[in-house]
Amino acid sequence: MSYQRPVFKDQYENYIGGKWVPPVDGNYFEDTSPIDGELVTRIPQSNSKDIDLAIDAAWEAAATWSKSTAAERSMLLFRIADRIEENIEQIAVVETCDNGKGIRETLGADLPLVIDEFRYFAGCIRTEAGSVTHIDPELVSMEVHEPLGVVGAIIPWNFPLLMAAWKIVPALATGNCMVLKPAEQTPVSILIMLEIIGDLLPPGVLNVVNGFGAEAGKSLASHPGIKKIAFTGETTTGRLISQYASENIIPVSLELGGKSPNIFLESVMAEDDEFLDKAIEGLVLFALNQGQVCTCPSRALIQESIYEKFMAKCLPRVAAITMGDPYELTTMMGAQASNDQHQKIMSYLDIGKQEGAELLCGGNVFNHDQYPGGYYIEPTVFKGHNKMRIFQEEIFGPVLSVTTFKDEAEALEIANDTLYGLGSGVWTRDIHQAQNFIDGIEAGRVWVNCYHVYPSGASFGGYKNSGIGRENHHMMLNNYRNTKNVLVSYNKNKMGFF
Amino acid sequence: MASEEFEEGGYVERVSITPAAEKVIDQLREKHGELMFHQSGGCCDGTAPMCFAIDDFKIGARDVCLGEIHGCKFYMGGDQFEYYKNCETIVDVVAGRGASFSLEIPLGLRFLTTSRLYEDAELDRVRSVAVA
Repeated sequence: MSYQRPVFKDQYENYIGGKWVPPVDGNYFEDTSPIDGELVTRIPQSNSKDIDLAIDAAWEAAATWSKSTAAERSMLLFRIADRIEENIEQIAVVETCDNGKGIRETLGADLPLVIDEFRYFAGCIRTEAGSVTHIDPELVSMEVHEPLGVVGAIIPWNFPLLMAAWKIVPALATGNCMVLKPAEQTPVSILIMLEIIGDLLPPGVLNVVNGFGAEAGKSLASHPGIKKIAFTGETTTGRLISQYASENIIPVSLELGGKSPNIFLESVMAEDDEFLDKAIEGLVLFALNQGQVCTCPSRALIQESIYEKFMAKCLPRVAAITMGDPYELTTMMGAQASNDQHQKIMSYLDIGKQEGAELLCGGNVFNHDQYPGGYYIEPTVFKGHNKMRIFQEEIFGPVLSVTTFKDEAEALEIANDTLYGLGSGVWTRDIHQAQNFIDGIEAGRVWVNCYHVYPSGASFGGYKNSGIGRENHHMMLNNYRNTKNVLVSYNKNKMGFF
Repeated sequence: MASEEFEEGGYVERVSITPAAEKVIDQLREKHGELMFHQSGGCCDGTAPMCFAIDDFKIGARDVCLGEIHGCKFYMGGDQFEYYKNCETIVDVVAGRGASFSLEIPLGLRFLTTSRLYEDAELDRVRSVAVA
C-alpha cells in the first residue's frame, strides 16, 4: 500500500495561548522534505520576542491548570490519545514527509508509541499519591507534590513527535504548562498534530514556537520564566543548556546519544531456529530509522567462534533492505533527515575507509531513481576494532561497525570502552551469561534477546556522557514537580527552648 | 586559558579550514563578534563543530584546544580528543540545517568536519594541543 505526499498550507504559525500566532518579526524559513528535497511549507523563524509571548501565555494558563485535578488531566490525556489514534494515518504521513523515515515506521512505531505515552501517564496519575508518615505519634509528615509551573523542551528531529510526547506528556500530567521548540529540520508534524488535538487543550497549556537554536532555542533555554528544561540532542548543546540552566538554577534533563554495543554470544548459533532468525534481525536493526536513533546498535560485537557463520547470515539480510518510496509500506529504509546529516555520514564512511576498516557492504550514497533530490545512503557494514573513530563516534546513519571478541570478559571490556552509555543489547541462549552482561554493562538500557523496543513504562536515559535523567517512566513525574513537605504537630505543649 | 602556547612554524596542524568556511566565519563575525568552535559528540547533530560567540560557551577544565582556524580557537572534550589524535580535522561548510545553537544555522548553512589520517612521517610533527 502506498500513501501520497501530504498537501500543506503555504505557511504555518506558532501555537501560543491556543491560537496560531505569526512570529513578531515576521520572518519565516523554508521547510523541505529530505525524501525529495522539495519545499514542504514556510515555518516561523522565531526569536526571543516570540518565546516571551509563549512563556507569558503559559504562565497565564498555569494559574488554572496547576490547580486542575488528576482526574481532569488524565481524562484530557486519554482524549488526546484517542484523537491521535483516529487520525494516525494523516499524522504519520506528515511525519514521514518531514523526517524522511518510511511510513512503515511512523505507522508501526512512532505514532503508536506516542499514543501509548499519553495513555500510560494518564493511568499513572490516577494511581499514585503523595505520602503521609507519623514521625512520632503526634507529628505527621506529608510529602505533597506541586507542579513546577512552566517548563521548556527542545526536541530533536529523529523522532519528532515521539520525543515531543516523552516531554509533553509527563509535564502536562503533573499540571505544568510547556513551551516547546521543535527541531528546525522537522518543525511541521507537531503543528499538524496541534491542528488535530488543539481544541482539547486548555489555551496556553502547550505552546509551540519554531525557529533556530541560536535564536529561539537559546532564548527558551536561558529564559528566567521556565522552571525546568528538557533536551534531547548532542553533548556540546547539552553542556550549553546546562550552563544556561545553572544561571537560572533550574533542573535540566539531557539525553545526548550513545554508541551502543549489540553483543552476540556463540549460543545464538546453537540452533537454526526462530531465535537465530530474531538475532539476525537484531543485528540489522542498526538500519532502523536510517540509523538516526540515539540507541542505534551501531557497534556489533560478535563472538569469534561464530563470526564467519553468523555474518554469512546477517549480510544477506542487510542486502535485502529495500530502499524504495518512503510513502510505500514495503520500503524498509527512507531518507536521512537533512543534507548536512547526509554529508556528515559520508564523512564517516570516508574516515572508516581511511582508518583501514574492512567494508563488508554498502559504503556509498544511494542514488534514488524516484527521488534524485533526496538524501539516501546505502546500509553499510564495516569490520574493524573498537579504537577506530567509527566505533567511538555516533555517526547517526545506517552504518554498523562490527568487531569480534574471544570471551565474556573481552566483550564487556569492548562494550564499556566508550564515552557513552545509553543502549546495549545482549543475545544469548544462556540466562546466566545474560545476567553477567546485565550486571557488567554501563548503560541505561540493556536489551536482552531483543532490541529497539520502547514500551511506555520502561525507563530510558543514559549513563556517562549519554546524559542526565530518565524519561518514559512514572519516575519522570517527580522531574516535573516540586515536593513540599508539610509537618503537622498534634502536640499542644511547647518545645521548651524559650 | 591556554597553559601551553602554540609554537610557530614547521608543525603539522591538527585543525584546518576551507576557504568557504572562512567566508562564513567572516560573515558571522560581523554580527556576533569574536567566535570559537567546540566539536560536539553524541546524537542528532553531534559529531559536528558548533560555532559560538566567544564567552557564550564555557570551556571546561578537560577541554583541549586543537588550534586556531581563521582566528577562532577550536576545542573538543579531552576524552573525545583521544580518538582524534591521529587525524587532521578539516572544518568545511555545507548547505543544511542542524538543530543546535551553532550560529551559522540561520544562514541555511552547517559547519562540518572532515578528517585526514596523518601519514606516519607527519605524526611526530603534529602540533601539540593546549589544555584549557
